[in-house]
Amino acid sequence: MRASDLLHPRPEGLYCPPGDFFIDPVRPVNRALITHGHSDHARSGHRSVLATPQTLDIMGLRYGEDFAGATQPARLGETIVINGVSVSFHPAGHVLGSAQISVEHQGMRIVASGDYKRRKDATCAPFEPIQCDVFITEATFGLPVFRHPPDTEEIARLLKSAAQFPERSHLVGAYALGKAQRVMRLLRDAGYDRPLYIHGALARLSEYYQSQGVDLGILEPATVEGGKQDFAGAIVVGPPSAFADRWARRFPDPISCFASGWMRIRQRAKQGGVELPLIISDHADWDELTATIKETGAEEVWVTHGREEALVRWCELEGIAARPLHLVGYEDEGD
Amino acid sequence: MNRFAELLDRLVLTPSRNGKLTLLVDYFRSVEDPDRGLALAAITGDLNIAAVKPAMLRMLVTERMDPVLFGYSYDYVGDLAETVSLVWPQTPGNIPNREPTLGEVVAKLQAASRSDGPKVLAGLLDNAGISARFAIIKLVTGGLRIGVSARLAKQALADFGKVDVAEIEELWHGLSPPYMGLFAWLEGKADKPRNTAMALFRPVMLSNPVGDGDLEKLDPADYAAEWKWDGIRVQAVAEGGVRRLYSRTGDDVSGAFPDLADAMHFSAALDGELLVGDPRQATGTFSDLQQRLNRKTVTPKMQQQYPAFMRCYDLLQLGDEDLRALPFRERRGRLEAFVKTLDPGRFDLSPFVAFADWQALENLRRAPPHPIIEGVMLKRWDTPYVAGRPKGPWFKWKRDPHTVDAVLMYAQRGHGKRSSFYSDYTFGVWSGAEGEEELVPVGKAYFGFTDEELKQIDKYVRDNTVERFGPVRSVRADRDNGLVLEVAFEGLNRSTRHKSGVAMRFPRISRLRWDKPANEADRIETLQALLDG
Repeated sequence: MRASDLLHPRPEGLYCPPGDFFIDPVRPVNRALITHGHSDHARSGHRSVLATPQTLDIMGLRYGEDFAGATQPARLGETIVINGVSVSFHPAGHVLGSAQISVEHQGMRIVASGDYKRRKDATCAPFEPIQCDVFITEATFGLPVFRHPPDTEEIARLLKSAAQFPERSHLVGAYALGKAQRVMRLLRDAGYDRPLYIHGALARLSEYYQSQGVDLGILEPATVEGGKQDFAGAIVVGPPSAFADRWARRFPDPISCFASGWMRIRQRAKQGGVELPLIISDHADWDELTATIKETGAEEVWVTHGREEALVRWCELEGIAARPLHLVGYEDEGD
Repeated sequence: MNRFAELLDRLVLTPSRNGKLTLLVDYFRSVEDPDRGLALAAITGDLNIAAVKPAMLRMLVTERMDPVLFGYSYDYVGDLAETVSLVWPQTPGNIPNREPTLGEVVAKLQAASRSDGPKVLAGLLDNAGISARFAIIKLVTGGLRIGVSARLAKQALADFGKVDVAEIEELWHGLSPPYMGLFAWLEGKADKPRNTAMALFRPVMLSNPVGDGDLEKLDPADYAAEWKWDGIRVQAVAEGGVRRLYSRTGDDVSGAFPDLADAMHFSAALDGELLVGDPRQATGTFSDLQQRLNRKTVTPKMQQQYPAFMRCYDLLQLGDEDLRALPFRERRGRLEAFVKTLDPGRFDLSPFVAFADWQALENLRRAPPHPIIEGVMLKRWDTPYVAGRPKGPWFKWKRDPHTVDAVLMYAQRGHGKRSSFYSDYTFGVWSGAEGEEELVPVGKAYFGFTDEELKQIDKYVRDNTVERFGPVRSVRADRDNGLVLEVAFEGLNRSTRHKSGVAMRFPRISRLRWDKPANEADRIETLQALLDG
């Protein structure tokens, strides 16, 4: 069978005709397999959802318990047969609960990686390379300019700045699911033991991470209710959008920090008014993308959401068949 | 190298002056010699390294990677130095045990001949990480562009050593990288370096603006008045064959004004205003002067068309004699005699403005005889020449600013304390025929309003946003809707860079005109009339 008979894009998302299911569909469908809980991959309203237990929990937290007609937990590594198609979930190292999905039928195996990274991350299980015929890779940072530094160095710069400017507060913009908890965990690993202040949008997810055994230490709401708090010297974590908002006015002369792979590009930081860019990403950088493609042994690579053309070019140079897979609805900017 | 690279990265993204000072002082404190001195020299533009051309840099990188992938990368990043620093291939076996220091990098670059320069650069890049590569490329391509002036760097040195910045400025031109003696003195480990160099800068004396009620307490008889010329303040120092023109902050600007520097056949230190034209015939306008500013090279044609001259108003040194301790009356007498001995096409005397009382001077101030005069200066007859800005001896009494009613067009988010406020405003005035009026942007201002007014404008911006581009919002502004801002400014220059053809000097918001309908804001012709005036 041809690979495109096993999986191909449809307006709803990536579709498997023999199995009659979608992977990460962007519109409500009958049966959805979900790689991870970020809102552009995990949407509500499907009739049935198959995902890792943690991804199901996260969807429940975000959309309410009735986010799907029926749910089925997928244990990592366990094979589930759907209409004769074998599917299995394997850790992707992206955020808590994130998984790659392997789809196998009549001797053809395709792995849809979802979003992934290769760096060590204490808040989720590490990526496992799966041998396959076709590897579907993301390309959020699919350009040779994206080379993420060690996250410990980035956290060290944050702590150094906090010591240099003890009269100011440091506002760290980080996406509510995954990045925020990783940043907090990295701060703890670096020995920072003061309370961390969090925006309300982070509360439930952070609590969930803690319940899953990811120790984030003492988290306090960054509110001013019940008396004006002094946030001088504090590290405050919140979604990036909140820092441009009036919400941020409660902090004394804040230094705006943003934890994202995009911060590698100075102009990005400048345009966003970021004073302290922290290059911390939950996506693979260029070197990780190319190394992973080789490790999977795939003869063919489909490149999706991001800068497809550079990764396709690299595959051509390496003699690997590659093509962009145009899926609609994913946020190119996601990190 | 990494600490220097980190410093550059932080400085370029830190908008506040105090924040930059903190970063610089911390760097001077934590980094050892000679690296900190070399970093200082790189920032002040005093580091001598043979430049590598961008085309060479591009060639070096495309020899090492697929040109198509490089092309995608460069298109995305937009900055050559940054792109190369990111994509430079690093072979895993080649990563050194430790990063080279700034001192080692500078030494290698300075030792390289023109022909092996690119090879040396490539070798350095092979052995450095991403941030260090960026810093190395910035060093060899010239111009760090990190928003730190030499003046700010000197202020940071002063803060670091807890001395007056005037002391640093006075010493500066006798020192050279890596400034070990200077740092030793600032750390209290050695005596102040002695200056043996010729034609050094003398820290300048500055004036205070005339405030409300100031003049009532002063006796007009105690003060001399001069016109306040709107040129650039310079100090001309010649000694032992060395001739230098310094800006008011002690930067050596001789290179930009060779015509004036060549005429310095004397041994003295003069304080005055640099202007263009021929003092015997006509003084040029500020637009004329602008032709000579901020240029790296100055053509003979430019020098002929806009010759530089100096309108002298003080004499600080004559031969071996330091005159600064003398009262102004005496220095002025010596100055008048001295200027007579100079080339009259290049030097003249700043004339006194005779006045009987403050009211008479007020009338003169309001109607100055030349467009490049921006007010009057008052100098107390009996005071010595003192560095800094002492209150009392010198006053500036400026002409009232121009104002224009303009419409708010775009607002940008601020930084630091203002990061959640739309605090930088682009405003425009009307242009075009009746019935087809359009707003054309004429300037940008980010101060002049109170905190309360800032909150009000911020709310207005949020409630009237039409479009967003990153941190910028475009605000509803048409004939029927819009916020009118009264903008005060010191003058107008012709500008080919702005669509409106004008550029404001020192614009600030002087009043919010909530009461004024947008269609009653000023027209571009109002500003154009000022240009021609």
